[in-house]
Amino acid sequence: LKEQVYIQMSYDTAITVFAPNGHLFQVDYAFEAVKRGACTIGIKTNDSIILAVEKKAIGKLQDPRANTKIFQLDEHISMSCAGLTADARVLANIARLECQYYRFNYEEAPSVTYIAKNIAKIKQKYTQRGGVRPFGLSCLIIGFDQNGEPNLYLTEPSGSYSLWKANALGKNAKTVQEFLEKHVKDQITHEEGIKLAVQALLEVVESGSNKVEIAYMKKGETLSYLSEEKIDTLISEIESAQQAKQENIDKMAQLST
Amino acid sequence: PPPMECIFGLVGDGFTLLVADASARRSVFLYKQDEDKIFPIDEHKAMAVTGEPGDTTLFAELIQKNLALCTLRVGVPRSPHATAHFTRAIMAENLRRSPYFVNLLLAGHDKDEGPSLYYLDYLASLQKLNFAAHGYGAFFILSLFDRYYRPGMSLPEAIKLANLCIAQLRLRFVISTPAFTAKVVDTDGVRMVDLKNEGVRMVDLKNEEEMVVVEE
Repeated sequence: LKEQVYIQMSYDTAITVFAPNGHLFQVDYAFEAVKRGACTIGIKTNDSIILAVEKKAIGKLQDPRANTKIFQLDEHISMSCAGLTADARVLANIARLECQYYRFNYEEAPSVTYIAKNIAKIKQKYTQRGGVRPFGLSCLIIGFDQNGEPNLYLTEPSGSYSLWKANALGKNAKTVQEFLEKHVKDQITHEEGIKLAVQALLEVVESGSNKVEIAYMKKGETLSYLSEEKIDTLISEIESAQQAKQENIDKMAQLST
Repeated sequence: PPPMECIFGLVGDGFTLLVADASARRSVFLYKQDEDKIFPIDEHKAMAVTGEPGDTTLFAELIQKNLALCTLRVGVPRSPHATAHFTRAIMAENLRRSPYFVNLLLAGHDKDEGPSLYYLDYLASLQKLNFAAHGYGAFFILSLFDRYYRPGMSLPEAIKLANLCIAQLRLRFVISTPAFTAKVVDTDGVRMVDLKNEGVRMVDLKNEEEMVVVEE
């Protein structure tokens, strides 16, 4: 009788393993996927949190309604991601389920801290399980905690989470981050924050309301989107201010020569 | 548990009224008289539940959270029709495993459907009705509804009819249920309704003249 060897396929082949230098290459590559994603900005103001997202160019025949990168997770928590948008849908779904699960068990709203930590926990799990790859996403999670303080959380593909005053993800994030570090002060009003968000996004994105999506959350309110008209108005204001500034600089340059 | 608790509802002109008795009792003990059995499910839906004590709250909250999840995933809330069938599906699934002993009335308001009332009992039988009731009280309430209900009643008329039912229960039902809560579901959402003060006088059964309640 010929001996037959049966090979069992099971989900225990690890994909994310350590490299000799201590790196997890799959996680590093996930970070690379994030760097290729559409630019996403989050800014925390005195009484609100703002998310600004670059809307990637869509085909002429495409309907832009399904093209959103800002996900509402619960009445008071929202999230936007940079990286693989298909992964974002899955993660948003898991987070939404977790919000309702929490509400079912405790009959109260989950804090944004709880949900951010939960999302981070899930991301980490996917770096330590067999047969799966990490999520190719960094997420900005916004919401208000129990004290009514606005919170902006960043979670990374590695599963780490951190709190931020303002941050940017995705393509050209470094440029935007430098802009934010220069212009975001300790105390900013909601209107200043909106203007900053648009300005920051315009640093790296083509101008036009169809290229930019802005949403914000104020205390006690659910996620609201800025209308296209408002965005257009802001963009023209910013551009005319920049033009005036440039003309001034040119004038000064002329005078000095 | 015996169906001593009573819930009833009716569809009026652009609204649905749900009324539930406000007592929490087990065997011979009356724990409280201000229990609210009408759960808001959504902005435009409410559910009145009776039945097995733990199951009722569990089931109502389960439906609440599942519907919130649906709304967040899809972006628009489910219609009352979809909600009622979803609720029935959950009940039917568990019927031959570990049944939910819950009788409920689901009231909803929709832009297209208008006001609606769905009757769902613990065996997962679902019906869309103009008026419905659960519990022993239903024997009295349904007779009164059969006699006095008209489609398209205004809110004051509906409350008058509800008060009539309550008065009849006080008169003829062996279990004393003095307190009732009521909620109305319409375009403005779900709100509590004071059965006594909506321009309708409560029937005073101590007054012998009012003992015979006849409305023509």
